[in-house]
Amino acid sequence: MSRLPSGGLIDRSVTLPFRFDGRQLHGHPGDTLASALLASGVRVAGHSVNLGRPRGIFTAGPEEPNALVRVGADPMLAATTVELHAGLEAWSLRGKGRLDPGAVDDRRHDKGYLHCEVLVVGGGPAGLAAALAAGESGLRVILVDDQPRLGGDLLGSRVLLDGAPALGWVAAAESRLAALPEVRVLTRTTATGFYDHGYVVAVERRPLGERLWHFRAGRVVLATGAHERSLPFPGNDLPGVMLAAAARTYANRYGVRPGARAVVYACADSGYEAARDLAAAGVEIAAVVDPRPEGLSGALAGRVTGTVAGDDGTLAAVLIADRRVEADLLAVAGGWNPAVHLFSQSQGRLWFDETLRAFVPGEPAQAVSPAGACRGLYGTAQAIEDGYRAGAEAHGRVAGLRVPVSDEEALRPPAAYWGELDPDPTAFVDLQRDVTVADVARATGAGMRSVEHVKRFTTASTGADQGKTSGALVVGVLSELLGAAPGQVGVTTFRPPYTPVSFATLAGRDRGPLSDPARTTAMHGAHVARGAVFEDVGQWKRPWYFPLSGETMREAVRRECEAARTAVAAMDASTLGKIDIRGADAGAFLDRIYTNMYSTLAIGACRYGLMCTADGMVFDDGTTTRLGEHHYLMTTTTGNAAAVLDWLEEWHQTEWPSLDVRFTSVTDHWATVAVAGPLAGRVIAAVAPEAVGLAFMRYTDATVLGVPGRVFRISFSGELAYEVNVPWHHGRALWEAVLDLGAVPYGTETMHVLRAEKGFPIVGQDTDGTVTPQDLGMSWIVSGRKPDFVGKRSHTRPDTSRTDRKRLVGLLTEDPSAFVEEGAQLVADGVMLGHVTSSYPSVPLGRAISLALARNVSPGDRLTAISGDTTIPVRVVSPVFYDPDNHRRDGGPTPQNPPPQAIPPSEITPASPQGVVSSEVTPGSSGGVVSSEATPSSPQGAVPSEVTPVSPQGRVSSEVTPVSPQGRVSSEVTPVSPQGVVSSEVTSGSPGGAVSSEVTPTRPEGTVSSGGGGFPVLRMWAESPAAGFKERFAAVGGGRVRVREVPFVPMWEVRGEEPGKGMRLGPEWWLVAGEVEPGPGWVDVSGQRTVIELTGPGALDVLITGCPIDLHPGVFTGHAQTVLGKAPVILQRYGDLYRIFVRSSYANYLGEWLIDALEG
Amino acid sequence: MMLIDCPFCGPRDENEFHYGGQAGIAYPEAPGELSDAEWAEYVFMRDNPRGWFRERWFHGLGCRTWFTVERHTVTHEIRKAP
Ligand SMILES: [Zn+2]
Repeated sequence: MSRLPSGGLIDRSVTLPFRFDGRQLHGHPGDTLASALLASGVRVAGHSVNLGRPRGIFTAGPEEPNALVRVGADPMLAATTVELHAGLEAWSLRGKGRLDPGAVDDRRHDKGYLHCEVLVVGGGPAGLAAALAAGESGLRVILVDDQPRLGGDLLGSRVLLDGAPALGWVAAAESRLAALPEVRVLTRTTATGFYDHGYVVAVERRPLGERLWHFRAGRVVLATGAHERSLPFPGNDLPGVMLAAAARTYANRYGVRPGARAVVYACADSGYEAARDLAAAGVEIAAVVDPRPEGLSGALAGRVTGTVAGDDGTLAAVLIADRRVEADLLAVAGGWNPAVHLFSQSQGRLWFDETLRAFVPGEPAQAVSPAGACRGLYGTAQAIEDGYRAGAEAHGRVAGLRVPVSDEEALRPPAAYWGELDPDPTAFVDLQRDVTVADVARATGAGMRSVEHVKRFTTASTGADQGKTSGALVVGVLSELLGAAPGQVGVTTFRPPYTPVSFATLAGRDRGPLSDPARTTAMHGAHVARGAVFEDVGQWKRPWYFPLSGETMREAVRRECEAARTAVAAMDASTLGKIDIRGADAGAFLDRIYTNMYSTLAIGACRYGLMCTADGMVFDDGTTTRLGEHHYLMTTTTGNAAAVLDWLEEWHQTEWPSLDVRFTSVTDHWATVAVAGPLAGRVIAAVAPEAVGLAFMRYTDATVLGVPGRVFRISFSGELAYEVNVPWHHGRALWEAVLDLGAVPYGTETMHVLRAEKGFPIVGQDTDGTVTPQDLGMSWIVSGRKPDFVGKRSHTRPDTSRTDRKRLVGLLTEDPSAFVEEGAQLVADGVMLGHVTSSYPSVPLGRAISLALARNVSPGDRLTAISGDTTIPVRVVSPVFYDPDNHRRDGGPTPQNPPPQAIPPSEITPASPQGVVSSEVTPGSSGGVVSSEATPSSPQGAVPSEVTPVSPQGRVSSEVTPVSPQGRVSSEVTPVSPQGVVSSEVTSGSPGGAVSSEVTPTRPEGTVSSGGGGFPVLRMWAESPAAGFKERFAAVGGGRVRVREVPFVPMWEVRGEEPGKGMRLGPEWWLVAGEVEPGPGWVDVSGQRTVIELTGPGALDVLITGCPIDLHPGVFTGHAQTVLGKAPVILQRYGDLYRIFVRSSYANYLGEWLIDALEG
Repeated sequence: MMLIDCPFCGPRDENEFHYGGQAGIAYPEAPGELSDAEWAEYVFMRDNPRGWFRERWFHGLGCRTWFTVERHTVTHEIRKAP
C-alpha cells in the first residue's frame, strides 16, 4: 500500500501530520483518516469487538464495520468518515470502546430549522440532477451530502460524461445551483432520520461543532446511492479483504494503491470496474474470479473458498477452490444494496428485486422520490436522468434538462449467490458483531424463522454500522437456510439514525442551564442576593428556604416557621397561576368547573375551590375571587397553571361555546407577596393602608406603595395573612419593602410545614389523580345544590362511593422524636393500608407531623410506618394539627388547647399566648416551654412609631442592601424607536401592535406614607424582566446582530371584540402593545411579557437555531405565536428587525439563550 | 414530529399542540340521569381504530384553539375532518 505519485482529489502540496495509536503519520488535505492510514501502509485498523480478530479498512464510507476509532471526546467514529486534519489524534478501538467522561469537548454543537419545497439527500449524479430540476424552476431546495464535496460516487470513479471526466459535469451542476438564490447546498451533512410529514433530521459536521438540522420538506428526493456488499467465505474478514468499490475509490479519489497484488471477486460487474481502475493505479491483478456462468473474458470462473493469513495476520493468499493465489488485496464485489434506510424510515414499502438481488423502494408512504442507485439504477447517465425526473416531480413540469452520454457499459445482474453455507468459524456475515454463517444456522436450528428474531439472537446488524454491509447477507443466508426467497424472509426494520449521532449533538446548546427553561419571578434577583436555596416547581425556580449564614435547612425552616406563627413572614407567591375570567356567563361557567358555587359569590369575596376531572378525581385547587359582576380572578397551583387554563379552554370551546366567558393568563403580569403572621397587619398598614381592615376571604383594589395593586386576605398558613399583588415591574420593590418592614422571608418548605399543620392538602403531593374531594375529607366543598359540575356524576359511581377508599388522615409517631419519611407504607396486621404523603417537623407541636392516604382507619388506630428497613409505630389523628378552630387567621392568639380529637394534651407543646414558641422544645417534655431567647413581639402592642423590624432571631434587614439592577429606574428608560418603524400610531400597513416610542415612567421614586403606621418613606422602582441583561446584550451584539430589551411597553390582551389594532393571536384574541387608550374589557398585561428586539442581517441566523416555524423572509412577514428555544413567544418581524414578546418569567432564560447564541 | 395544520395558524410542529383524544364525545346533557354503565361509557371508553380516526388537538403554544382533524393511525397522514 502506498500513495500514488499523482491522481485523486488530494492536495499533495500540503502535508498533514496526525497520530494513530501513538504513531506519527501523515496525509494530505482531501484524505479521510482511512485513506491516510492506507497510504501510510497501516493494514490493521483495529480488532473486532468479540473475537479480537485483526481487521482492516473494509469500505470507504459510513457503512464501515471495522475501522472504528476514538478521536478526542468522540468515543467511536468510522475512520472512513473522519476528515483528516493536522494534529488529528486517533486511537483504534479496544474491545467495546471506551467512553471517557473526562474528555474535554469544547465544540459548540447547535441546531437549526429550515423549510423547503424539495429536500434532496445525496449530492451524486442523481441528487445533483434532482436539485437542478427542482431549483431551476424556482423552488426552495436544500441539497445535503455527507462528503466534503459534491459528486457522490463520481468522486471515486473514472467515468467520462460526454467524453470528459465526470467531475466536470459535477462542477457545472454545482455552479448552476450556486446561482440559484433559493437553493441551499450543505456538504458534510448526513441525513440521519426521516420522520412523519417530510421531517428529516441531518447532522452537519463543522470544525467548531456539529449542527443538527431539522428540515421540513414538501417533497424529499432520496439520492442516497447504494452500498456494496460482501459474501461469506472462510477468512473473509482478514485485513486486506475490502469491498471492490472501496478499493477503486481509494485508488481514484485518494490516490492510494490499496494493495500490491489483488484478487478481484466479481460476483457483480462493479468488480470488473474495480479491476480496471486498480490496474491503472499499478495494482497487479492476480485474478478476477466470477462465479456467474457468463463471466467476462479473462475472468476465472469459480468461487473464492477461503483466504490465507500471513505472519502478521493479514491477507497473504486467496483460495479459489484448490488454487492458491498470492495476494495482499482481495476486492470483493458481492452485489449492491440500495441505501433504502431513509426510504424505509419514511414508512415506504420495500420489495426484493430478483434481478438486482436487492431490496428496493416500493410504494412510498410520504411525498418521497427515490432516485438513481437508491432505486437500483446504477449507471451514471441513468441516475442523472432519474434525478431530473425526481426533481421535476415536485412541480409536475418536464425538466427539459439534457442527459449527458456516459462511457459506462451496462451492468449485468449480480450472481444469484449468497456465499458458501460454510460452518467455518471465520465465515462472517457481520464483521462488526463477529456474526458468522454458523451463528445464523444456530438460530434457524433453534427454530427461528423471522429475520427479526435472528437479528436479536445473533446480534447481527446491531452494531454501530447498523448492518449496512451485513443486513442483506443475513437475509440471503437465512433464505438459503430456510429455502425461502429473500423477499419472503424480508428485512429488519430500518430505524433512525442512519449513522450514529452523539448525545452532545442532539443536545446542542440545550445543555446546562439552558437544558430546560428556568422560570423566574420579578423577585428572583432579590432571592439570589439573599442567598436563597431554590427548588424546582415545574419550570419555576422557587426559594425553598432562606438560610442565614451557618444555618442548616432545618434551622432555617424552623426560624421561618416561627416568624410566620409568632410575628410576620413573607413569601414570593408569584408563581401561582392566575387567570382573568370575564363574561356574562363567567359565574355559570365556574359553577360547572368547580365543585362549589361561584355564581353566588359576593363581589369582592374570595372562595377556595376544587376542580375535578370527569372521573371525579381532584385535578386542581385554588382561590377564585369575584372582582366584578362579570369578572373573576382564578388562582391555580404553580405546577398546574397551564393545564388549568387549557382545561377551561377545552370545556368552553368544545362543550359550552355558547357561554359568554373569556380567559386570559395574568400569571406573569402580577407579582404576589404573601404576608403571613400575627403582625401581618402592620406590614399591610405600611404598604397598602386601604387594605388593613380587609375581612377574611375578601379582596380589595388598593394603592400599593403608590401603584395600583390588589390585596387578598387569603391564608394558606392559618395565620392572619394577605396576598399583595402589584404588576411585575414593581414586584421586587414590593418584596424589598415588605422585608424592610420586618417580615422574614420564607420559602416553599416553610409554606409546606405551615399548611400541613393546618391539614391543607397539596394537589399533586397529597393527591395523585385517584383521590376525590370526599377522600380528602372535603365533602363540604362539594355542592349538593348544583345540578351538575365536572366530575359530579362520578362521585356516585360504585368505586368512588366505596367506604373503604383511602382517605386523608393525620399521623403522629408514638415516639415523639421519631420522624416518618414521605412515601413510607402504612401497615396494620400485615395488611398495607396506605402511604405517607407529607411529613415535616412542626415547631408548635414540637414533633413531626404527617399526612397520609390510608383506608379503613380512624383516629386512634395504631399502624406501622415502613420505610426501607425502618419501622415506626404511628397513630392516626385528625389531619388538622394546629388551631383547628381557626382562631389565628384573624390575628387571634395561639390556641390554648390542642385539638382534642387529634393530640392528647400531654403530647403537645402549647405555644405561648404571646405567640412565641420555643425553638428548644425538648421532645417528650410536657407543658409549654417558652424559649427565653425569643424576643416576644406583642401582637397587642402598639405599632412602633418608627422602623423597628419585627425581628425574630436573625433578622437580616440591616444586611440586605436592596439590589438596584441596571435599568431599574424607569425614568431612565426611553426606548428608542428602531429604524422608525415603531410608533405609537398603528399604521395600517404595520403587522400587529406597534410599540410605543415613549414610555411613561411608572412612578419613579414614588413615596408612600403609612398613614399613622409611622413607617418610613419607601423608594419605589420599576424593573423590567430583562433589565439584568442590558450590558451583556450590548456586549454580545456585533455588526450583524444587535439585541436589546424594549422595556415597559404597555400591553393589553383583548378577547372577543376586534380592537381594530394590535396583533391577532387567535380567532378572537389580540395583543395590543404601545401607548394607546385601552378599550372596555381589555386586560392589562403590561407585566405579562417583555419585548426583546433582534436586529441586523444576522438576526434570522440566530432565530433559525431555535424557532421551528418557517421564517423564510418571503413566507414570514407578520407575526406568529410559537416557540423560540424552549420559551413560548410571539415573534414579530419588520424587515430584519425581529421583536420577541416573551413571558416575563421566561425572560431570564431567553436572555441567556440569546447571549449563548450570539457568543457562538 | 408530525406537522399539524392549525385552522388559524397553519401547519405547525406537533409539540406546539396538546392531544385531545377522540372527537365527538359530547358531554351528556343530564349526567345525573345516566346509569353507572352509561356514565362509565362516556368517561372511560374510546375507539382505537387502525385507520382513520377523528381526533381533537389544542394549539396551546399558538392560537389556543381546539379543533378536530382526521388522522390515519398507521400512516399518521392528517386531513381535514369532514
Ligand atoms: Zn393555532
